[in-house]
Amino acid sequence: MSVVAPVPRGTLGARVGRSAIDWIPPAMVLVLGILLWEGLVRGLDVQRFLLPAPSAILDTLREERDLLWSAGIYTFTEALGGWVIGSALGVLSAIVLARFRSLGRALMPFAIAANAVPIIAFAPITNQWFGPLEKTSKMAIAAILVFFPVMVNTLRGLTSVRPQSIELMRSYAAGEIETLRRVRIPNSLPFLFSALKVATVLAMIGAVVGEYFLSSQEALGFQIRNSAALFQFELAWAAITVASVLGILFYSAVALVERRALRWHPSSRSE
Amino acid sequence: MTQAAAVSITGLSKRFERGDVLALDRIDLDVQPGEFVSLIGPSGCGKSTLLRIIGDLIRPTDGDVLVNGKSAHQARLDRDYGIVFQDAVLYDWRTVAKNIALPLEMAGWGRRRRESRVQEMLDLVELSGFQKHHPWQLSGGMQQRVSIARALSFSPPLLLMDEPFGALDEMTRERMNNELLRIWQETLSTVVFVTHSIAESVFLSTRVAVMSARPGRIAGIVAIDLPQPRGPDTREHPHFAELITQVRRLLRKGHALDAPEEDETPLYVAEEGL
Repeated sequence: MSVVAPVPRGTLGARVGRSAIDWIPPAMVLVLGILLWEGLVRGLDVQRFLLPAPSAILDTLREERDLLWSAGIYTFTEALGGWVIGSALGVLSAIVLARFRSLGRALMPFAIAANAVPIIAFAPITNQWFGPLEKTSKMAIAAILVFFPVMVNTLRGLTSVRPQSIELMRSYAAGEIETLRRVRIPNSLPFLFSALKVATVLAMIGAVVGEYFLSSQEALGFQIRNSAALFQFELAWAAITVASVLGILFYSAVALVERRALRWHPSSRSE
Repeated sequence: MTQAAAVSITGLSKRFERGDVLALDRIDLDVQPGEFVSLIGPSGCGKSTLLRIIGDLIRPTDGDVLVNGKSAHQARLDRDYGIVFQDAVLYDWRTVAKNIALPLEMAGWGRRRRESRVQEMLDLVELSGFQKHHPWQLSGGMQQRVSIARALSFSPPLLLMDEPFGALDEMTRERMNNELLRIWQETLSTVVFVTHSIAESVFLSTRVAVMSARPGRIAGIVAIDLPQPRGPDTREHPHFAELITQVRRLLRKGHALDAPEEDETPLYVAEEGL
């Protein structure tokens, strides 16, 4: 009898050690890139409205940290709210469309078309609908941006189940709900999570760009637009940095949950 | 003592609307409790369709199917059978133990009872120690053993198997054949087994139902009267080769009955000439 040895689970120390080695090359690239940027800006004497030096941006980040921190929180709340609403509606719609396939087939072309529409163009309109100074207007545009990819991907995950998996459930006299719970939903999780990760980026875009049009002065998007208009480029860049860091943290948080939730997935075998 | 047949099929036909294909034509077949019956035939003879009709996964166009004396539909609702496919069809998100426990969860077994049953099943298919593995960490043969353990976990009186070892290499397949016979004898279940392999059908079965293609019919039934329990010696039994020849002849006859409409006719005439 052939015996497959159990896959050894690395010790915590070994894993940290390995991930440190994995992190060194990109960290070096980052540091080199920033040094190169600093050097070029200084060496070529680039005008500060074209591109401020990283050191100048860093100084502004430090000086304006209270303003930037509260603006970051403000905008992140909008993005998070839009992400939650859009994702929840996307998942629920996908479940309904998976259950009623003919409805799904009728609506799918529109959902896919909507995925290709530059939805951000609607931001001025949602601003007016929900009040330009309200967080809800930015949550709305973020939610719409998030909705379509989450819905389309989840639906794909719910329906791309091997026919024999369904036959097996039928052989156990399982109903629709039980098949959904035990087969379709677990099967859709890898699809869902990749959509949720993309959705974090879309939600941040929706919130920040929505703020460019009209927003409360507390918002990060307002700070970027306003300081650029007033030639305070260091502040604009500092605000962009805050938006970027928040976006990366948001994405990483979802990726972390994904790794925990999909530990069963064959793609995790490399770890 | 009268006992209802494990499977009783009368006048069963299946016509697929798509392409208007008559897949099965007036099939009659009885399987008694404790029997091991193989369905063998060329591809497209409807043997997998027949198995799925017994399991009420496909509805017949005409005829009656009784499983344990009940309608096939009722038998499915009562979870009277376990099914094994050519692919193991394990759920990647469940561990080996959880895959085996799936039908038990659905039957509402308590956790304690489930766990001890899963352990018994792991012992039965000789996979103790692998309960925490995920399916993709196992070899094909091991996955199929998990699938068999899952099908047997709730002790269904009937086991339906659709070419379960078709995707395995020859050596694994022989070992799995021996294991299946041991399990069949330990669990006293009834097996309906679909296969492409003549040797496999003769080695395993108490009877082999040979099917012909388009439309699917039963060309004949061969009773396999080799001594039980079977083992490595069975294949060397003087009668073994003879039974294989009988099945092969029926397969050829089934094809010949059907052949006039087929392009392959000259090929088979040539083969007879050789």
